[in-house]
Amino acid sequence: MSTINLDRGLIAGADGGTTTAPAKAPLNYLNCESTVASWLLTLDHKRIGLLYLVGITAMFILGGTFASLIRFELLTPKGDVLSGDSYNKTFTAHGVVMIFLFLIPSIPAVLGNFLLPIMIGTKDVAFPRLNLMSFYLYVGGGIFLSLALLFGGVDTGWTFYTPLSSSYANGNVMAAALGVFIIGFSSILTGLNFIVTIHRMRAPGMTWFRMPLFVWAMYATSLVQVLGTPVVAITVSLLGFERILGVGIFDPRLGGDPILFQHMFWFYSHPAVYIMIIPSLGVASELVTTFSRKGIFGYEIIACSSIAIAIFGFIVWAHHMFTSGISPYAAMVFSFLTFSVAIPSGIKVFSWLATMFKGSISYASPMMFFFGFIGLFTIGGMTGLFLSTLGTDIHLHDTYFVVAHFHYIMVGGAIMGYMGGMHYWWPKITGKMYSELWSKVSAALIFVGFNFTFFPQFFLGYLGMPRRYHEYPEELQVLNVLSTVGASVLALGYILPLLYLPGSLFFGAKAPKNPWGASTLEWTECESPPHPHNFESNPPIPDHVYDYSQLSKEAVRVSH
Amino acid sequence: MSATNTHKDTTQGHDTHGHHPALAHHFVSLEQQHEANILGMWVFLVTEVLFFGGMFTAYAVYRFKFNTMFQEASNQLDITLGCLNTVVLILSSLTMAMAVRSAQMGKAKPILGYLAATAVLGFAFLGVKYFEWKHDFEVHLIPRADFCWDYAKERRVEADHHEKGKPFVTKVLGKFIGHHEEHAPPTTDRILADKKNPESQQARMFFVLYFAMTGVHAIHMLVGFGLIAAVAFWASKGTYGPDYYTPVEVLGLYWHFVDIVWIFLFPLLYLLGAHLGAGH
Amino acid sequence: MVNSMFASEFQLFPTQASSVAPAVDLLTLFILAVNVGITVLVMVLLVVFAILFRRKSESDLPKAIHGNVPLEIFWTAIPSVVCLVMFFWGVKVWSEIVVAPRDATEIYVVGRQWMWKLQHPGGQREINSLHIPVGSTFKMIVTAEDVIHSFSIPDFRVKVDAVPGRYSQMWFTATKPGKYHLYCTEFCGTEHSRMIGWVHVMEREDYSRWLNEQAEGGDGLQGRKLFTKLQCITCHSDANKAPLLEEIFRKEREIGFMDGKPVAPGTRVLAAESYLRESIRYPNAKIHRGFSYPSIMPVYDRDLVSEEELLQLITYIRSLKQGDTPARTEETPSPQPTAGGEKTFAAPGSGNK
Repeated sequence: MSTINLDRGLIAGADGGTTTAPAKAPLNYLNCESTVASWLLTLDHKRIGLLYLVGITAMFILGGTFASLIRFELLTPKGDVLSGDSYNKTFTAHGVVMIFLFLIPSIPAVLGNFLLPIMIGTKDVAFPRLNLMSFYLYVGGGIFLSLALLFGGVDTGWTFYTPLSSSYANGNVMAAALGVFIIGFSSILTGLNFIVTIHRMRAPGMTWFRMPLFVWAMYATSLVQVLGTPVVAITVSLLGFERILGVGIFDPRLGGDPILFQHMFWFYSHPAVYIMIIPSLGVASELVTTFSRKGIFGYEIIACSSIAIAIFGFIVWAHHMFTSGISPYAAMVFSFLTFSVAIPSGIKVFSWLATMFKGSISYASPMMFFFGFIGLFTIGGMTGLFLSTLGTDIHLHDTYFVVAHFHYIMVGGAIMGYMGGMHYWWPKITGKMYSELWSKVSAALIFVGFNFTFFPQFFLGYLGMPRRYHEYPEELQVLNVLSTVGASVLALGYILPLLYLPGSLFFGAKAPKNPWGASTLEWTECESPPHPHNFESNPPIPDHVYDYSQLSKEAVRVSH
Repeated sequence: MSATNTHKDTTQGHDTHGHHPALAHHFVSLEQQHEANILGMWVFLVTEVLFFGGMFTAYAVYRFKFNTMFQEASNQLDITLGCLNTVVLILSSLTMAMAVRSAQMGKAKPILGYLAATAVLGFAFLGVKYFEWKHDFEVHLIPRADFCWDYAKERRVEADHHEKGKPFVTKVLGKFIGHHEEHAPPTTDRILADKKNPESQQARMFFVLYFAMTGVHAIHMLVGFGLIAAVAFWASKGTYGPDYYTPVEVLGLYWHFVDIVWIFLFPLLYLLGAHLGAGH
Repeated sequence: MVNSMFASEFQLFPTQASSVAPAVDLLTLFILAVNVGITVLVMVLLVVFAILFRRKSESDLPKAIHGNVPLEIFWTAIPSVVCLVMFFWGVKVWSEIVVAPRDATEIYVVGRQWMWKLQHPGGQREINSLHIPVGSTFKMIVTAEDVIHSFSIPDFRVKVDAVPGRYSQMWFTATKPGKYHLYCTEFCGTEHSRMIGWVHVMEREDYSRWLNEQAEGGDGLQGRKLFTKLQCITCHSDANKAPLLEEIFRKEREIGFMDGKPVAPGTRVLAAESYLRESIRYPNAKIHRGFSYPSIMPVYDRDLVSEEELLQLITYIRSLKQGDTPARTEETPSPQPTAGGEKTFAAPGSGNK
């Protein structure tokens, strides 16, 4: 360790000849420059990742505030906190912020940006300027969208169904549509950048099947971003024409078909669910192998199943429309295809379990998030079967059952994975260790709070409580109260990391190079935090990405 | 910018060999950079295919539902001008291809010449489009509150009658410079009655798609002009040569894509009703 | 099973109140069993592995297992088969839910911001409530006036979207008397959560009483009242005095006299709205075969029956089913043919097409 630090120190000293201070810390991407412009105009993928982290955290807090308002309102059957209109605007804002501004960019834009080039042994993404532009599109669209949602509001739900959104809703539908359009471009450019980076920038020796599974997940996610997002862009554009000019393309009074909007919307928005969850699956694969210190079971299958989920995700969209009067034959085909997504998801879970089998399982906090992730993702995935089965979906469609199901996937799965990833790579990103105790408390609170919040909603849904209801029948209050109480615990679980993670920057111990004994390049070849150019020269690429026998005994020893 | 400079500074320590000025620091070689840029443009074009794909899907749905009226409505478009524009755009693709070729051979002046020719042809295309849209505006075919199919049909019959027997060249020129008689616009009652007519609604759907598709296509051409200007600027500085011509090739890909979109739009929008013989 | 009539009682599962509900619940239980089985398996393995294979020493270096083909085939094939079972079972239950029996009574449902308007075949109208008898099959023809709504009765396990510009269908046979929630489940704007109502499933006797009590219910019931008030009932309940009007609507009727002149046997007219209207306003215009000219029926002109009342009468006649004509009440005296009866019959040619 100390020799390496000394090396780096010498290099830093040689390079940073202008700095007068002695080279205490080795040169890294955080301390190489400190002007505001060096952050705001940075082309370094790692710094852009951190910029995203700030934006996404702000959006998570905003979306979470809306969520709290919703749960608070639903404490009683009558609408006593918010008016019907405010409630509708609140859940729309919650959905739009959480989906477009938090979940879709979360793992790809923060962890993906930071890790993808390092994991494949290169200096940066293929198009650093495009990457920065993508961030500013996100910021611009995000501010625009947030203002539209906060001042005036949008009362269409995040789905913007016509003709409600085109002819009847009073809120800032146009501004919201434009915001979604801009953010869509940010998402497309990130996906494009990652695809080209993975295809063209891999270090010599980094073959496709030597890439970490997180990179495979990023690749699958990018495919969905690049293929799906343009469709929602043109859909909201047409919605804009419709709303401003009254052209009639989705207006039944003028011969248009509102169902066409649903088809076009879900062609993107169903795959969008996979933009949110596939990255988490990738993080989970990294966590389980590192903390079991054992090569992953079925590497190729897991890699391909990510791609399979991305592809299958594109051919199941009409399962959102089983009650809308689509052709019975179409309904059958889409129900059948929907089951096809279940298989690769199941394969992943079983492969992770097989990886743990006879491993050496550490109880470090990222692994705690992984345990929580498995539990919630399994429940979320399994309850999806009720909705892909035609006979039961008719009853459950648009009820709280659906709400519970997709929160298990998108909050239970995706955010648990995001938290796991953040805790796993935090030492690499910041060079500091956080509190093990508080992070374990947070993982436990999130798991327990989450289940209390959303499990009762399965019952509410089967009882028939429709989603997006501001008021509800009295007999459903017990379950709703339970859900709100759970949400309070969940909120606490999410607030804790907002305190101890930034706190670690000031009070945390210095992170060693490879605290977890992991085998991927960011741990074995990069300091914590990494050098501005990631590597001095092309890093050596091991034959098997998860080969722990190659780790130096020293690296294993530091991982207390 | 400062970040880039610093990176350059920090790389000096180990990157001592000479670099092509166009090679960005994070690429190993010009070849890698070229391949990455070309792939990037192809991926971008895939997203463009899906972007237009949404409108083509809507077109397919409504064409299937309102087939007859789509053919009727297509008759309102001017096949002569459509053909003219198709030829103009294909020619612009040719000049663009020649520009790329010149860049590969390192001939700076021909690059500028061919890019200029491409831009001129592109402007010619938009000019023709302007006259077409202007005509649609005059006969109330813009799908907004004053859309009036009934009126457009009437004007069409009048125009056909007016043009009968005139030589082809006169007809074509008349589309641009011919003087227009003043026509009384349709009354509000006529527009309102027309709005309830299913035929009008179906024709309106054709024009919604017509304007959306040709409009978005035109926006892509405008973006193309910007790109041409930028590439021409760098070309005038002698940036491009046999070992570095990536931006010209990337621009070429984009321009050909815009051209190809039109190759699909032209038959789908203009050639539907020609065989009905109504009005032609 | 707790009846949902007791609105505030806590329930964990909804009442089974329609013929398809048990099938849906059975399928749900099957999927639930699979769910619980797999979830418990995963959780147990997770916990057991986490404990059994916990890190005992920092120098542990377990050997990687890169794959196990039979195992992987096993955990791909078994879920696939289970999914196939769910799919086919789901299609079977779903086809029961969506394919309506031919003999179903049709009820029209129109959703608008923010209420449900329902119309029974007898013309009775309801808003945000639906009264139906237990054991009868109803088909809902559902559409919307403005935005998309969705007509949902959870206790029946049925739901269909109300889409403006098209008609969707759903059907049910209620199996249990009671009061059940009716929801709009597709977000439709500000008052979405108030676009709710009740489905009242009644015993057959209660249902016919309800039909009778629907005083202000709709055109049909107004017509029924007029039918008595205008004394139509006096003759049209006795086939010897006047033709019975049960199920005549849109049927071919054989006539004996047209405009006062006998016509050839076999001459028929369609008993559509215009015919019924003409026969009320100008009874002598067309006289059913077997009855004499001039008609004993008085002329019901505008002073006696307004246009609106006429429509109500026609709606009632449309709805008259076999055996539905109310019994004649003795205190209703026969209407007297008006003096002008014969004179006015010439009018139809000019005034009534």
